Amino acid sequence: MREADIQINRVDWIAVSIYFALVTIGWFNIYAAVYDSQVEKSIFDVSINSGIQLVWIGTAIVLITIIMVADSRFFENLSLVIYLIFMVLLILTPFIGKEVNGQTLSIGFGSFRIQPGEFAKFATALALAKVMERPTFDLSKKNYQLIAFGVLLLPVILIILQPDTGTAMVYFAMLLMFYREGLPSGYFVLGIGMIAVTLLALGVENNLYLAGAVIAITLILIFLGKRTWQRILAFSLIGLGLIAYIYSLDFVVSKLPPHQQNRIMVLFNPNLDPLGVGWNVTQSKIAIGSGGLLGKGYLEGTQTKFDFVPEQHTDFIFCTLGEEFGWIGSLVVISLFTGLLYRLIIMAERQKTRFTRIYGYCVVSILLFHFMINIAMTIGLFPVVGIPLPFFSYGGSSLWSFTVLLFIFIKMDSSRATQLGRLG
Amino acid sequence: MKDQRPVVILIFIFLVSIILLIRLFMIQVVDDSFMKRAESNAIQRIVDHPYRGLVYDRNGKLLVFNNPIFDVMIVPKEFKVGDTTRFCELFKISKEQLIESYTSARKYSSVKPSTFIKQISTRDFARIQDFLVDYPGLFIMTRAVRSYPNATAGHALGYIGEISSTQLERDTLKYYSQGDYVGLSGMERYYENELRGKKGVKYKMVNVRGVDKGPFKDGEYDTASVAGKNITSTIDMELQLYGEMLMAGKTGSVVAIEPGTGEILAMISAPFYDPNNLTGADFSKNYRKLNNDPIKPLFNRPIMATYPPGSIFKIVQSLVGLQKGILFPETTFACNRSLVACHNHPNPVNLFGAIRNSCNPYYHQAFRQIINREVSSNTFKDTQIGLDEWRESVMKFGLGGTLGVDMTNEKGGSIPSSKLYDRVYGVGRWKYSTIYSLSIGQGEMLVTPLQMANLAAIFANKGFYYTPHLIKEINGDPTLIPARYQIKNEVGIDAKHFDLIQDAMAEALYGTANRAVLKDLVIAGKTGTAQNPHGEDHSVFIAFAPKDNPKIAIVVYVENAGWGGRAAASTASLMIEKYLKGTITRPALQDYVLAGNFIY
Repeated sequence: MREADIQINRVDWIAVSIYFALVTIGWFNIYAAVYDSQVEKSIFDVSINSGIQLVWIGTAIVLITIIMVADSRFFENLSLVIYLIFMVLLILTPFIGKEVNGQTLSIGFGSFRIQPGEFAKFATALALAKVMERPTFDLSKKNYQLIAFGVLLLPVILIILQPDTGTAMVYFAMLLMFYREGLPSGYFVLGIGMIAVTLLALGVENNLYLAGAVIAITLILIFLGKRTWQRILAFSLIGLGLIAYIYSLDFVVSKLPPHQQNRIMVLFNPNLDPLGVGWNVTQSKIAIGSGGLLGKGYLEGTQTKFDFVPEQHTDFIFCTLGEEFGWIGSLVVISLFTGLLYRLIIMAERQKTRFTRIYGYCVVSILLFHFMINIAMTIGLFPVVGIPLPFFSYGGSSLWSFTVLLFIFIKMDSSRATQLGRLG
Repeated sequence: MKDQRPVVILIFIFLVSIILLIRLFMIQVVDDSFMKRAESNAIQRIVDHPYRGLVYDRNGKLLVFNNPIFDVMIVPKEFKVGDTTRFCELFKISKEQLIESYTSARKYSSVKPSTFIKQISTRDFARIQDFLVDYPGLFIMTRAVRSYPNATAGHALGYIGEISSTQLERDTLKYYSQGDYVGLSGMERYYENELRGKKGVKYKMVNVRGVDKGPFKDGEYDTASVAGKNITSTIDMELQLYGEMLMAGKTGSVVAIEPGTGEILAMISAPFYDPNNLTGADFSKNYRKLNNDPIKPLFNRPIMATYPPGSIFKIVQSLVGLQKGILFPETTFACNRSLVACHNHPNPVNLFGAIRNSCNPYYHQAFRQIINREVSSNTFKDTQIGLDEWRESVMKFGLGGTLGVDMTNEKGGSIPSSKLYDRVYGVGRWKYSTIYSLSIGQGEMLVTPLQMANLAAIFANKGFYYTPHLIKEINGDPTLIPARYQIKNEVGIDAKHFDLIQDAMAEALYGTANRAVLKDLVIAGKTGTAQNPHGEDHSVFIAFAPKDNPKIAIVVYVENAGWGGRAAASTASLMIEKYLKGTITRPALQDYVLAGNFIY
């Protein structure tokens, strides 16, 4: 009892408050998204999504309670087991799961279904924290890098096979944690450079210009520095590699499934096909853009209410908020997310064990990625990928997995005093 | 190095949030185009068409009303029919029609309503109404079309039809939109603004498939339509119908005016048409048929046909001469047939005799005196001055220009000026001998039947007229009618000069139009014959009655019916009797007119 008291007092109530604020706002928005003024139904009505979401919220609170009363070392000790269980589930999903729109994402029985891909995130976070917790684990060394990337890429490969590219992308968010834990900056410079080149290659019609630019920059870099033959050879190879990459990209894109190709094309030209592929983004921008500064008022939105925006209670839930509460509403929600992320970094940095710090940064990475990509997608800054807005989007798997992910960290944080300092 | 990394990560997170907020600010606050696009997405503007005003005759009898017609509408998705045979029997359609209508509605939209069966009658509607509940997805939409219970006065009332693109362009206030009905002729067009009422508008929300999702903001921006104003016409429906009966099968015009007010009591343009043909679904088909008809039933003769005034104009000449002090009751001229042809009558004649006998040489000589006043020693110049002075006097009778009746496309006829002759013959190259046919109302002179009726009113009023009009009251208020119909127009002739004219006109009836004489009612009239180079002359007669305290002034034109004393005078006399007495005491005369055999 005494230990539990101490732990309650040490729970980070700021993070918990922000969590409940986001879940509550999200719940009201789900009601707004499915609200039909002609068939007025209560927000608690389980025949509509807001009622069902309330059930998910209730069960999430049960999950929170279980996590909070459990021994904090439970997850640490079982992290690799949990990881392995979910990897097995991911392998099994294509065989025992239910196929929807060519994707096999969920398993379960009857109406109770979970998506292992969602839960595998926290399992991977736990596993990464576990393998990286030893003070000798140095990300600047090649063999450790291999281990870390191996743990990360296993679920990615399994999820891509389902196939669910959107969810698979989320795992790369862990690179942020790798960065915190000392992965050399060179990787990130290279990574950001590659992303920039990729975007340019996709955005610029004629690859010849890009190839020319690469050659010019390579030559300038060669002449600026020492002109040893090794350096000249290295730069030339990098330049040639880049040009090859640029030209191979078109080929790679053409091998992608058509719906992904279109999503990429629409990002560069949203007016390409406003009634077809561009419909989602166009309507989403109209809904958010019509909100103005203060919004149209709760339940007064017309675009989200009348189904102009598809998937508006799940991936496009931010539209309802933008339309009904305007820029001020967007500001509040984005501030809450930013505040939560800020708080989580503060919490991660005060951990005494490397395990909990790594896990904390995994939580930050995953939440940041979802938050950033989901909102960017609704306002046309990123291609449409099917990833939900944490705590907002309708759906049990999504709410549960984010809740479990976050509260395991809050639990670890609250019991940090009982742990021995093992920071490396 | 490592310790900076949490800070870098924090900066990155803040940067992401700020970029998202800036982008949101751009599309939500700075760019307002999304707001308009959202509106056009989800808000539909539905116009609530007002009830068009009704038209009554001067005695409160209904001339035009709105007849409801019923369209059966269908929402294919909700539509269910159990027993198709029974359904087809009920709606009086074949199975093939049912399938065809359903498929085309389905093709349009499965959730939006479209027309299933067009324009079912009130009787069929009553029969179907109770069974409609058995067929979900069907409902009735009511529309109104103009209807004319007595099928009369088509030309005067006019018709409504879909607005044309040129009318839409001219509508700078943007009241109308494509597909709106507007008055296209007659009173319907002239009083469009009064009759049309005010459109209302409803804003309703629709979802992505166009399904109605209820009023926008609970109808905060909706406005109700305001019904059009009812109009009382000056037309006497009984008289109008009687006139139409008399003129059936003939070509010509009848215009009857109440002299004291300028109110048009009847206005008949023959051949006429049933105004009910120009309503509803068959409008364009019937319009084309009427428009292509060689007898031109759409041509509104009373205001659009122009004829030389003929002998009747001699009265105007007499009045101008009297007023100018050139003619006097005792002024006598010989009936010199070497000047111009005439018919047998006592010779010589004074002014009274000249009117009574319609003596052509008299006016040839009198008109010369009116024109050539020897103001200038140059006879050409003198004629020019005289003609222009004369024209000025004649124009005051409402001739030579439109009167301003409340109908569109009114013609003004023409009274020639010196400029016209200058143009035709050259300046200083024409004189009285060139223009003398004007003296007897022939030559370069044209008037409309309406102007002639107005002349009759002027003679009855002894020198003034109110502009003829069809409007009596708007919403029951006579003061709301246009101000210019309440202004008295003086013609510049002293009242005393009219006594002789009225006496002569009353007397003339016995000489030239015996058929028109009524036993106990003194009619003052004058026959005329409008020369027709293409065939038999047109029969013309103007009259007013009773001679003392006149209540009706009338003109009758019957084309190709020869001399004015027969067809026109008989018709006018019957019309006067009908209006003043209410009954016809001379069935033989009526039969004579109806038979229409005037040439013998």
